[in-house]
Amino acid sequence: MIKVDGIHKSFGKVRAIRGVSFDAPDGKITGLLGPNGAGKSTTLRILYTVLKPDQGNATIDGFDVVQDSLAARKCIGALPHGAGLYPQLTARENIAYFARLCGLDKAEIDDRVDRIVKLLDIGDFAERRTKGFSQGQRTKVSLARALVHDPQNILLDEPSNGLDVMATRSLREIILKLKDDGRCVLFSSHVMQEVAALCDDICIIANGQVAIDDSIDGIRQRTGCDDIEDAFVEAIHMVEPE
Amino acid sequence: MGTTITVFLKEVIDNIRDRRTLASALIMGPIFGPVLFSFVINLSVERSLESAEKTLELPVIGQEYAPNLVTYLNSKNIDAVDGPDDMAAAMAAVKTGEHDVVLVIPGEFGEQLADMVPAKVEIVADQANSDADRDARRVRSALRSYNQQLAGLRVIARGVNPMALQPLNIDEVDVSTPSGRSAMLLGMMSYFFIFAALMGGMYLAIDTTAGERERGSLEPLLSLPVTRDQLILGKIAATCLFMTLSLSLSLIAFYFALGFMPLEQLGMTPNFGPGVVLAALAIFLPFILVGSALMTLVASFTKSYREAQTWLSVVLIAPTMPILIVSILMLRPRTEFMFIPSLSQHLLLVDLVKNEPVNALHVAISVVSTLIIGILLTWVCARLYRREGLLG
Repeated sequence: MIKVDGIHKSFGKVRAIRGVSFDAPDGKITGLLGPNGAGKSTTLRILYTVLKPDQGNATIDGFDVVQDSLAARKCIGALPHGAGLYPQLTARENIAYFARLCGLDKAEIDDRVDRIVKLLDIGDFAERRTKGFSQGQRTKVSLARALVHDPQNILLDEPSNGLDVMATRSLREIILKLKDDGRCVLFSSHVMQEVAALCDDICIIANGQVAIDDSIDGIRQRTGCDDIEDAFVEAIHMVEPE
Repeated sequence: MGTTITVFLKEVIDNIRDRRTLASALIMGPIFGPVLFSFVINLSVERSLESAEKTLELPVIGQEYAPNLVTYLNSKNIDAVDGPDDMAAAMAAVKTGEHDVVLVIPGEFGEQLADMVPAKVEIVADQANSDADRDARRVRSALRSYNQQLAGLRVIARGVNPMALQPLNIDEVDVSTPSGRSAMLLGMMSYFFIFAALMGGMYLAIDTTAGERERGSLEPLLSLPVTRDQLILGKIAATCLFMTLSLSLSLIAFYFALGFMPLEQLGMTPNFGPGVVLAALAIFLPFILVGSALMTLVASFTKSYREAQTWLSVVLIAPTMPILIVSILMLRPRTEFMFIPSLSQHLLLVDLVKNEPVNALHVAISVVSTLIIGILLTWVCARLYRREGLLG
């Protein structure tokens, strides 16, 4: 479970996020939606603890991301935007390396890696070095790497970027499966349709602030737009530019 | 500890598979030194043998005014040949490099000699050209001994013992041993060792920050439940391993390469047996930590792989500075120098190669101070690795 409470973050004079709050409960998929540069990645980066908020706080399963960042990291699996692999290692080695760093036993690792390789259907290229992998292959391996230790909270930053239709569909299935397992899934996207198809709750961010945080139906109601794309555009205009 | 070892092992495997890292660690660093070195040695041997035996063909203007002098020069293995027409032509010829040295004997030479006024002869040479300067020195010393001979004859004619013209009998005693003479040239070796060590770890040091960032693997790595200290220590340890590997290979390569160099002909017998190779490795080991932490530190400030490479080539030169300054100022080894990494290793290596007793206190200071500096630099690296700005 993820709770975000009024976080602010500036980079020099640029105020990337200004008071973002939302909850992402277990067993639900929460979408972080917003145009480019809205502050989605910054929010996620704070949640997976590579950035510290200037103000406000956030917790993951009750662990503060600043005070208790190591404990918070133990509860998450993160797929950062444009995540890269080690080109000289095979896909399997890439995944196993992260499993080791997550503290899994040597005996456990093989088993876990096998399972995730099967789940994400990457067996065909699991033994190949990742140099020269396609974007889709890389994303799948990165996702496998993020999920190998069976985290309760899953943070995905634009996971469908660069994926083809088939890969997007299997990604969607995986996310739904994680939800059914009672995981907390938080993912960001700038594509309204994708979020609408998948999420239970949508948090629309624009100009570093939360415009609407509601279910898809709630958003339709509050914006008075039936078309989801219109609703998205309408919601963005609810936030004053800085 | 377990995490650090995991990171270390992954970095080792990753880099062993990387051709570029391997080439710079195992080929570039270790081979570059011995090859360049044997080239320089062979060249200087060739030169020194050549110039001592060869007859010097000296263009002389006005040979006809001083036939005795020409005969004398001939006896000193200097053949007078026809030169340019006049003084101006001689200067031009030397300037353009057509001739290295030209001797000019003015028409009044014989007359001045007979009148017992100092007879003028002129040596035209470019003193900035070291090759020409050697020839000029030969001519000068031949003229000086001719001068002395004539003076001797003159005083004998007046019934004076020519020994009166030689109040001093100067004899130089050279106490440098053949090993000692080698040290001058072999002092260059320490730089090659430092260079090889740094080359071995360069790509790993870049990879720790700039490389991981550029590849996009840094953020996923930092989101794992490990501390950043554990990550950077594992990475620095892997860098140290590759540097040690490269350094060891370089030492071994030198050991074999020295066998093929005609050092005896230069009057050098470097003391570089297996024992010295091991001792040198031990002396240089603390420097590995300084080098790897320094490179990691510099690379962590850069924005990209390319920028890191540019800056690290500066780091490759930095350790030569203290060595160079001390060599130029001809400073004798002092205890204070042992506090300076790279310089202390250089001075200790010179002692080893000279086959002189190595001061135990110096070794202790060198090892301890270099290690302390290395640990401090590693600590600074770890601090910087905790910055948010690391993500770029």
